[in-house]
Amino acid sequence: MSRLSIVTKNEAQTTVEELYKDLERRVVASPPGLCPVDLATSFLRMSHAQSCGKCVPCRIGLGQLITLMESVLDGKAEMKTIDVIEKTAESIFYSADCAIGTEAARMVLKGIRGFRSDFVEHIQTGRCSGSQEQPVPCVSQCPAGVDIPGYIALIREGRYTDAVRLIRKDNPLPATCGLICEHPCEVRCRRTLVDDPINIRGLKRFAVEHAGDIQPPKKMRPTGKKVAVIGGGPGGLSAAYYLALAGHDVTIYEQRKQLGGMLRYGIPSYRLPREILDKEIRGLLDAGIKVVTDVKIGDDISIGEIRSGCDAMYVAIGAHVDRKIGIEGEDADGVLSAVEMLRGIGDNDMPDFSGLDVVVVGGGNVAMDVARSAVRLGAKTVRIAYRRRKVDMTALPEEVEGAIAEGCEVVDLHAPLRIEKDENGKVAALWVKPQMVGEIKGGRPAPVDSGQPEVRMACDRVLVAIGQGIDSLKFGEYGIPIKRGAIEAFDWSGVKNTEGIFAGGDCVTGPATVIRAIAAGKVAAANIDEYLGFHHRMKNDVEIPPVRLDDHNTIGRINMKERPADERKRDFKLMECGMTEEEACQEAGRCLRCDHFGYGIFKGGRVEKW
Amino acid sequence: MVKLTIDGRQIEVPENTTILEAAARAGIKIPTLCFLKGLNEIGACRVCMVEIEGYDKLFTACNNTVKEGMVIYTNSKKARSIRRTNVQLILSKHDSNCAYCIRSGNCSLQALANDLNIHDVPFKEKLPFQKGSRKFPLIRDYTKCIQCMRCIQVCDKVQGCHVWDLVNTGSRTTVDVGSVLRLEESGCALCGQCITHCPVGALHERDDTEKVMEALEDPDKITIVQIAPAVRAAWGEDLGLKPEFATVKRLAAALRQMGFDYIFDTDFSADLTIMEEGSEFLERMKHRDTEKFPMFTSCCPGWVRYVKSHYPEFTDQLSTAKSPMQMFGAIAKSYYAQILNVDPSRIFSVSIMPCIAKKHECAIPVMNDAGAGPDVDVSLTTREVDRMIRASQIIPMGLKEEELDMPLGLGSGAGVIFGATGGVMEAALRTAYYLVTGSNPDPDAFKIVRGMEGWKEAEFDLAGTKVKVAVVHGLANTGKLLKYLKQGRVSYDFVEVMACPGGCAGGGGQPIHDGYEMAEERGKILYGLDKNSTLRFSHENPSIQKCYEDFLGAPLSEKAHHLLHTDHHAWKMPGEA
Repeated sequence: MSRLSIVTKNEAQTTVEELYKDLERRVVASPPGLCPVDLATSFLRMSHAQSCGKCVPCRIGLGQLITLMESVLDGKAEMKTIDVIEKTAESIFYSADCAIGTEAARMVLKGIRGFRSDFVEHIQTGRCSGSQEQPVPCVSQCPAGVDIPGYIALIREGRYTDAVRLIRKDNPLPATCGLICEHPCEVRCRRTLVDDPINIRGLKRFAVEHAGDIQPPKKMRPTGKKVAVIGGGPGGLSAAYYLALAGHDVTIYEQRKQLGGMLRYGIPSYRLPREILDKEIRGLLDAGIKVVTDVKIGDDISIGEIRSGCDAMYVAIGAHVDRKIGIEGEDADGVLSAVEMLRGIGDNDMPDFSGLDVVVVGGGNVAMDVARSAVRLGAKTVRIAYRRRKVDMTALPEEVEGAIAEGCEVVDLHAPLRIEKDENGKVAALWVKPQMVGEIKGGRPAPVDSGQPEVRMACDRVLVAIGQGIDSLKFGEYGIPIKRGAIEAFDWSGVKNTEGIFAGGDCVTGPATVIRAIAAGKVAAANIDEYLGFHHRMKNDVEIPPVRLDDHNTIGRINMKERPADERKRDFKLMECGMTEEEACQEAGRCLRCDHFGYGIFKGGRVEKW
Repeated sequence: MVKLTIDGRQIEVPENTTILEAAARAGIKIPTLCFLKGLNEIGACRVCMVEIEGYDKLFTACNNTVKEGMVIYTNSKKARSIRRTNVQLILSKHDSNCAYCIRSGNCSLQALANDLNIHDVPFKEKLPFQKGSRKFPLIRDYTKCIQCMRCIQVCDKVQGCHVWDLVNTGSRTTVDVGSVLRLEESGCALCGQCITHCPVGALHERDDTEKVMEALEDPDKITIVQIAPAVRAAWGEDLGLKPEFATVKRLAAALRQMGFDYIFDTDFSADLTIMEEGSEFLERMKHRDTEKFPMFTSCCPGWVRYVKSHYPEFTDQLSTAKSPMQMFGAIAKSYYAQILNVDPSRIFSVSIMPCIAKKHECAIPVMNDAGAGPDVDVSLTTREVDRMIRASQIIPMGLKEEELDMPLGLGSGAGVIFGATGGVMEAALRTAYYLVTGSNPDPDAFKIVRGMEGWKEAEFDLAGTKVKVAVVHGLANTGKLLKYLKQGRVSYDFVEVMACPGGCAGGGGQPIHDGYEMAEERGKILYGLDKNSTLRFSHENPSIQKCYEDFLGAPLSEKAHHLLHTDHHAWKMPGEA
């Protein structure tokens, strides 16, 4: 008899561990639109399987909840069943001995409170709101609805020009998006069920890099209608491009010296090189768009003047105003907002940080952009002060890791208190207060004072990156409805109580992403065309290749590589490396073609024109 | 061209050919169930799965294309076993009481299970709950639906009505009325195309044969039956008769054998419709400035239901003329009752139609202008009449031709072609030309409006008046035309609409042949009848002339208005203001 033995996993347990991984991926790639009651019941069934069986509430109660929920799903329940479910779940929540029971019950309660109407619908009508309207996960997650399976198939066949032409039907900025799109398309990629999501952004970049020069499609007959687009960012450019293709006479009014908006004045060139941006914009303007730059709306030309000179107007002014932290000493010399700094860089006005100690305040992507730019501008040290934990940062994890690799230090759990000035009014230090994580609110743990003494972060520059606002004042004065600084527009881009005025992008939603701005521009173009009395449809003649049959054998995802940190941090050149042809071909070959296999071939698999 | 091997046979087919088509070219049949060429190529039933060398997975033959060098096995052990399992799975959720199913003997699932030699199902039967009205003309049997999605496809793509959809997700996913809860509340046109494209008995018309049998057995009832134009081109199909044999006169013989007292022809009232609708059109043309154009035909109740629910703003532009069926009913219970010298309430008026919507139309409360109850008491589909013939133990092959009764059994060739797309327009133009010029045109002068093209247009010169017409069939085509009219992208004077593709010949009440569209062939039969007719103009039909002389007076007379015209606002479609 041995007194102790080493715990070993048997084969069954090893297999179950693998199945857990399979299930995790399945949850990640869950299609949108499923019946929430059905899903909640399935979660409950799994929770019940996890019960050790010792205690009554969990062993018996969860099973009874399943039966009750099934009766709802089968349309056999009465309205009072909902109360019975709620009461039972509460009872389990309060009386279960361990978290296996309490948390299972809490999920049920969350469901019954979060989608009670779905329970009611099942009971009263025998059906639910669940539907499969978004069968191709990548396309449904892309705000612009780009035909992703289509262009991946084209890349797989080596038809790169066609791939880019297909993308441009829905997104006129493929080069930009190939580099900096936050790729929501990859989030629910069905390939995740097999192994990992497709590297869609990487493939797009590859297609653009190998497509050669692409002329805009043929313009439709001139309509004689004039459209003014205020703002030359991604949204304004997109709207202008499609409206010009539809035959309208489009003029973009841009406040700054150059077009591009946040693409130029917000995103550093090591992520989006200027020559690529310039080429992409030139390509759009080839559709025949007039441009007026360096014109301040409301000062150089009034909104009324623009409006009366056109048949329709699209307002896409973005969100370019910096926000203040609101702490003492913020007016010190050497405190710079991210917006100001990146704007200067956009026009090649590079600040010199040589030998300086820099502190960045903020935890978003813009904070990372200014931190990494500061490194490139010669800063001696760059520290990022953030009041929550590093994992709670809203910046993409790869951005944070990239900044760290380039030498930035993340000082998390330190909330900015005040800025100390020297005798000349210059920044001497940022004082921060140590924090500890507290209760989770809105998905993130809130920081609370840890009671530790204040910390002095000696520095020469403080870069503030805590969000942007919208310069909507002049538009409000003109009569466009404004709510908390943002322009109020319908989901079809129309602006209430106005005639022929449309708005979209960051100035409506607050700071968002480039692909959202593009999508808003596309929506506005369609509805402006309709408003002007036309029904032009955007389509193209690229034929999608038939599917290649495939057994779905597992194969890893090809991730993007970056230039070594020590090399890239010395310049503003593109830091990310593109895929090789072999890599692109393999990666494209992983696509499951949800446009063909699955629901997509039945409904919603492809939108050929809009 | 692509070279490949299927079941050991080497063949060469054009690129992008599906495996199914390639196999068919090689003389190899791959079983299918949900597949419907051009309409439903979605691989839902997984019956047409084949094994392809080099792959572990099986692939559907219906929607995957061949590649150079492919080696395909359509009937390997693996393919057969998987195909059988999938059919058994379908059967486990299908009410397989075939003996009393309306589609027994004409059911693709039944045939498939038989062909695959399936005699048992190893799965527990799990039938969904039955629901929905049994009184509505269109009935869905939830226990028989196999979720092949064809009804959704035909309703979306061909008819543009979007009535059927998939509802719920996961294991409870089913086909049901999409946007509302009940079929009666939907914008269903009752075209019945979902029925004729259903591979099983999940969709069918309300069976009204018992009501008719009861009337036939009632000695106090005088039973009058009218036969719609398109019925004569199709009624023999379900009875194994060739079109040349299955004439309207043999149908008359069968009906007489069943006990109908008087057998008449809807061709007669089609001619009457031309007189009224043609006159109405010319009248509207006289007031071009004040009237709204185009005027739309109104003989198709599916179309009327569609326009009222989907584009109600055009309702006023429908001709006020009733459909031939309703004109016939009103005449039968007035003029003909007078001829018979009987109380019209003794008349039981039956129609045989290629149509489901006619069951709704005859039940519209205001369709009772003769004052003796509904002008048409029961409307039967072609399929129901075929079932009655079988139930009456009539041997179809033994039928001898018998004449229809007079005077309402006489129709012109113009009346016959009402059953095919373009026919109403052509018939109307023949008579309109006469009414304007006083002389007959060449009867084939307007034949350009014939044919299966979905949206046809033409311009004619009626003695100096230019008339721009359009003919559409299929409600998706119709919806497009209406949208274009609304947007001001097209304009017409007169538009003929038939809800079903090909017109009534392809009607939702016609015999069902899975995978085959019969409308064009049946239409040709109708045009052949017109060509061979000695009477090709509605206004020359002596029975029509006599009816006006003795009874109605003139087209658009007060009496004609009362009996032969209707107010399309007198009843509402769901959601219609």
